[in-house]
Amino acid sequence: MNSFFAQEVPLSWYLLLSAVLFSLGVVGFLIKRNLITVFMSIELMLNAVNLSFVTFAHQWHAVKGQIFVFFVMMVAAAEAAVGLAIIIAVFRARATLAVDRIDRMKL
Amino acid sequence: MNADLHLWLIPLLPFVGFLLNGILGRGLPKWFITTIALVAPLASFCVVLNASLGIFGFLPASNSLPYTETCPLPWINIPALQIDFSFVLDQLSIVMLLVITGVGFLIHVYSVGYMADDEGYARYFSYLNLFLFFMTVLVLAGNALVMFVGWEGVGLASYLLIGFWFQKKSAADAGKKAFIVNRIGDFGFLIGMFLLIANFGTLTFSELGARLNAHSEWQGGVLTIIALCLMLGAAGKSAQLPLYIWLPDAMEGPTPVSALIHAATMVTAGVYMVARTHVLFDHSPVALSVVATVGAATAIFAATIALVQNDIKRVLAYSTISQLGYMFLGCGVAAYSAAIFHLMTHAFFKALLFLAAGAVIHSLGGEQDLRKMGGLRKKLPITFAVTTVGVLAIAGIPPFAGFFSKDAILYAAFLQGTNGKILYSVGLLTAFLTAFYMFRLWYLTFMGESRSENVHPHESPWSMRGTLLILAVLSVCGGWIGMEHFGNFLAPSVGTMPTEAGNWRLEFILSIVAVAVALEGWMIADKFYRRKLTKPAQYAAALPGTYNLLANKYFVDEFYGAVVVKPLLGVSKFALEWVVDIGILGGAAWLLGGIASFTGAILQRWQSGNLRSYAAWLAAGAAAVLLFLLVPWATVLANLPAIHLGMAGH
Repeated sequence: MNSFFAQEVPLSWYLLLSAVLFSLGVVGFLIKRNLITVFMSIELMLNAVNLSFVTFAHQWHAVKGQIFVFFVMMVAAAEAAVGLAIIIAVFRARATLAVDRIDRMKL
Repeated sequence: MNADLHLWLIPLLPFVGFLLNGILGRGLPKWFITTIALVAPLASFCVVLNASLGIFGFLPASNSLPYTETCPLPWINIPALQIDFSFVLDQLSIVMLLVITGVGFLIHVYSVGYMADDEGYARYFSYLNLFLFFMTVLVLAGNALVMFVGWEGVGLASYLLIGFWFQKKSAADAGKKAFIVNRIGDFGFLIGMFLLIANFGTLTFSELGARLNAHSEWQGGVLTIIALCLMLGAAGKSAQLPLYIWLPDAMEGPTPVSALIHAATMVTAGVYMVARTHVLFDHSPVALSVVATVGAATAIFAATIALVQNDIKRVLAYSTISQLGYMFLGCGVAAYSAAIFHLMTHAFFKALLFLAAGAVIHSLGGEQDLRKMGGLRKKLPITFAVTTVGVLAIAGIPPFAGFFSKDAILYAAFLQGTNGKILYSVGLLTAFLTAFYMFRLWYLTFMGESRSENVHPHESPWSMRGTLLILAVLSVCGGWIGMEHFGNFLAPSVGTMPTEAGNWRLEFILSIVAVAVALEGWMIADKFYRRKLTKPAQYAAALPGTYNLLANKYFVDEFYGAVVVKPLLGVSKFALEWVVDIGILGGAAWLLGGIASFTGAILQRWQSGNLRSYAAWLAAGAAAVLLFLLVPWATVLANLPAIHLGMAGH
């Protein structure tokens, strides 16, 4: 038992998890109809990439990867603020958040 | 030592007038336009007068003719051919220039009254000045190419002025007709020039004359061809058979234009050209007889048409064609000075007749139909008087100008052997017809009862009446100089007249015959048109075929329309419009446009605005890049044949 927990999680598991999360994000982005869900799918993809960054940084003992994650999180935060503002504006203008119905490329 | 005559000023002054009125005319006040328009030809006339007074001996100048002015820079300078921009003044060009600038100035004055209310006042005078510029270049030209510049230029001015009221379709069409028919003649002129360059290496008239005079054994052959080509050009410009058809239509222009361009000056350019190149014609009896035959045929042909025309200007137009035929008849019997003499007197009395007709039309508010005139003798006394002078002059009644010149031509024709007798008879018959149709016009316009709806015809303004009076004086006195003096004066330019020395008795008898024939024409017109107008209708009904033929001008326009215009239009329609324009050019445009819009139609699907389709394309793209990077393509491709072969092996 002890040895099971003491064992390190293999690199491939992290990468696999990252790939699964990213794919879920892509699928969610493509099939979900609600703009907020689509937005969340983007966050999911970003974090999947973050996970693989951290994994590789640990593997290669390179701190650059971890620093890059901070940058990604910072940009994601800014993007969330802007994105949510856009969503509110869209909702006010169109009274809907279904992406199929806001395909006019103008308000 | 020749004094400087400044010949270049003669064309340049009207050209300056053209530029001023043509460019600035719209913004200038009317009196200013008038001043420019009148001063330019008047100044030009004064330069001509100054030059000619010296020659006539009135001024103490000692110029010997021909006097040449050449631009110091050569125009065309290639091996074996040099063409200068040169002007030559000799006896022939003096006569022409005096007529052109003198009569031209008078007609400018007349136009001031005639065109006073026209919107295109400045445009009209700029065209008129442009015409004088080109006409004087034509006459002064020292070689055929400079003459050709003037030749084309007067054609342009004529086109612009015929179509002056271009809002009227008939006027615009008449302008085009004149231009296109003249192109055929110009083609002949050009070929003639090319043949001159090829055979003589020069276009300078004096050089050409010297070369030909030195070799009297050169006869016919290529000289005939050159002379006939030039004659084709002359026939186009001077409205001879078979290219005369444009002149009657040219009457669509304002009446002073008909007087200046289509009666007095431009249409005589062909006669002038034949006289100027007479050395060529003298070396080719065939060409000379062609000229004489064309002239005589045109004279009688046009005179017969004029018998039954009802438009006053058209009668005069056909009479002009007929009189031009006389001039060519004169040229054709080598009586060039008689032809030029008739050209001069014709310029006086035909300008007078046209301007008087213009005054009549003006007073009746635009009415040109002879059937709706009549009885104007008392209402327009001055116009009546001057028209009478003009009619007597053209009919050849002594002592009016036309008698002397027409008589000289007929006499010269009579002396030309058997052919000459035929030409003489045709000329005499034409003289009879001329007297008849001119008196017909005279009776229908001025005599009898008024048939006009316009009850208050009024005499024209002084600028018009004054011009008419001056021209009337010229039409009376223009011939008094006498053929002998005139011929002697012109002899250095165009050679002497063929005469039988001392045979004044023959000349006298011929004059009596000509006058008798003219009076006979008058008598018959008197019987037909003096009182009741039933007789002409009776004759027309008795000879319906002949009348129809004449009234429809021998159907020549219809014939040309069917033989030349229709096939040409058909070919243009099929080959040029359908095949080239719609097929090739239009097809290419449609093909290019089609490719662009087809590609656009496909590409626009990508720009759907649908977020998820963008995302799907993005994901697909990313997947494609990954696939491209991950798959070792080199290995796969290298093994591809092997896989294929392996499968085939199984």
